Amino acid sequence: MDFLHAILTGPLTDIATDPVFFAEVVLGGLMAGVMYSLVALGFVLIFKASGVFNFAQGVMVLFSALTLVGFRELGVPMYLSLLLTVATMVILAIGIERVVLRPLVNQPDIILFMATIGLTFFLEGLGQILWGSDVKVLPINELGIYDGRLSLKVGGGSILISQLDLTAAVVATLLVAFLAVFFQKTRVGLALRAVADDHQGAMSVGIALKNIWVVVWAVAGFVAIVAGVMWGAKSGVQFSLALIALKALPVLILGGFTSVPGAIVGGLIIGVGEKIAEVYWGPAVGGAIENWFAYVLALIFLLFRPQGLFGERIIERV
Amino acid sequence: MLYREAGQFKASYAADQAIFPILQDRWIVIVALIAAFVLPTAFASDYWLQAVLIPFLIYALAALGLNLLLGYAGQLSLGTGGFMAVGAYATFKLTMAFPGLNILVVFLLAGLCAALVGLVFGIPSLRIKGFYLAVATLAAQFFLLWLFNKVPWFVDYASSGTITAPPRSVFGVMVTGPAASSAARYFVALSMVVLFAWMAKNLVRGRIGRSWMAIRDMDVAAEIIGIKPLPTKLLAFAVSSFLIGIAGAEFIFLYLGSAETLAFDINVSFLVLFMVILGGLGSILGSFLGAGFIVLIPILLANIPHLLGLSMPVDIQKDVELMVFGGLIIIFLILEPHGLARLWQIGKEKLRLWPFPH
Repeated sequence: MDFLHAILTGPLTDIATDPVFFAEVVLGGLMAGVMYSLVALGFVLIFKASGVFNFAQGVMVLFSALTLVGFRELGVPMYLSLLLTVATMVILAIGIERVVLRPLVNQPDIILFMATIGLTFFLEGLGQILWGSDVKVLPINELGIYDGRLSLKVGGGSILISQLDLTAAVVATLLVAFLAVFFQKTRVGLALRAVADDHQGAMSVGIALKNIWVVVWAVAGFVAIVAGVMWGAKSGVQFSLALIALKALPVLILGGFTSVPGAIVGGLIIGVGEKIAEVYWGPAVGGAIENWFAYVLALIFLLFRPQGLFGERIIERV
Repeated sequence: MLYREAGQFKASYAADQAIFPILQDRWIVIVALIAAFVLPTAFASDYWLQAVLIPFLIYALAALGLNLLLGYAGQLSLGTGGFMAVGAYATFKLTMAFPGLNILVVFLLAGLCAALVGLVFGIPSLRIKGFYLAVATLAAQFFLLWLFNKVPWFVDYASSGTITAPPRSVFGVMVTGPAASSAARYFVALSMVVLFAWMAKNLVRGRIGRSWMAIRDMDVAAEIIGIKPLPTKLLAFAVSSFLIGIAGAEFIFLYLGSAETLAFDINVSFLVLFMVILGGLGSILGSFLGAGFIVLIPILLANIPHLLGLSMPVDIQKDVELMVFGGLIIIFLILEPHGLARLWQIGKEKLRLWPFPH
């Protein structure tokens, strides 16, 4: 009886009695969701343009953050090390296209997926050999980002917002706007959309597929840097970053694999859902449900809407 | 020359349908089996049994299970660690509740528990496939480990949160617990893996295995020729989880002795997946080759710098291991997508002609 109360009615009365706290939880969830969206964005870009489900995106986030901090610790000025990191990710994109993607052209999707799992392990090892495996602190102050807390007066109480989360939200918005312009208004963007629609069609009108792949992986690398800086600032640059990034997978399922807005909305839903579940329902079942809640939410979602919120509907009759 | 089937005529249907129709294959299997049962118990040191051979056999069983699901039925699962944990915890609960029950029977029952859980998490495979299914099985991985971690009932309310293998004997010989000898545990693991490899081999060359392969190759065509996707896929999940569950039970009871959920984290899932890919998708032999390969690599990496007179710090060695695993996966997918088992097959083709050129 107590258990039923803790699951069915307790949380709801808690929400009703303290709406300001509820608002704070939702806001915190939204901010965490922005972080997931940043990682999911990289997945969607690559999937749209090449049909490759890039499992290594999470490790690319870790790798870029490690590289940035690594250069900074060598005494390179912050902005220069940022440039160097961008250069590294471009080189990495070229390398991946050469070594992994080109030989595997026309293989089944699942083979490419498993190749990116291999890539994940490879980058994990490489990143830690190059830059060491201890937890590093990202000096975000040098990028003009400050980690403070803002207090917002609402109704009877006040809501605390982390300045860092707010910055992340702004950066994510800018990034999406930039990507939208890039995809819609530039020649390269047009070529990318053509490749996404139809590989063979794009090739027959003279688009060089391999260059496009390098561009896409470089852009995904760039998104990974942004996500890496934000995550790194939030929780330190460390190994677990790659695992947190796995959370982007349920986000993708929720939003649909081929939709940029889907990645954003999916991230926000997962972020909010996870926080609410953890705060209100977590204590009833022993806590730490954040680890799997997103996956189970995605699983249930899959049963009813396999293409995600905004994904393309694939009609198959089996 | 050495490996020629010319002149071996089959005079009956039974001979034609034999599990190893070629004489040389039969001899290889018989010799390998005798060697596997006799040599290590007589000659191998405790270190070899404990650190190499026992984990190899256990991983081989897990890889066999995943191979049935991924290689034969074509359903990608990243929840191997979770299903192994189900087997381990079910064994623990069952043997604590019924101490008199033969531990081998308990292993089988635990496998059935894992099969049930596998069935539940296999249900989404009806509507989704490919990457979507991979993410769905990740849900199994995280949810199951969380469950075993959070609910104290699963560890019999032990304050440490770990499960420990109690001493159990089979036919008067200790096989689990601290008192069991490595040789006895090796013997149990070997018998189990031989039994299930034989079962799996017969399964995949019969009606069930063929319907799995039909689903894998083209699900629409499979349904048109009268294979029901629902029971076929679910059966693949159940059989695969059954084997993986038993492997998980052995992992605790025959190998580690005691462990918490950390022993079954997502890295185990990836490790077993790598064994299947490297060994050969859709090959029983491949599961064994892949498991042996992956178990041996860390040992080689630990010893090679030593032999060359270099010293390598442990953390660097771990990172190199990751890079080697990842690199090998990519290389194998590009150069030999059918894995080590295909290399063995190519070797046999060569032996057929050797030493003559044509």
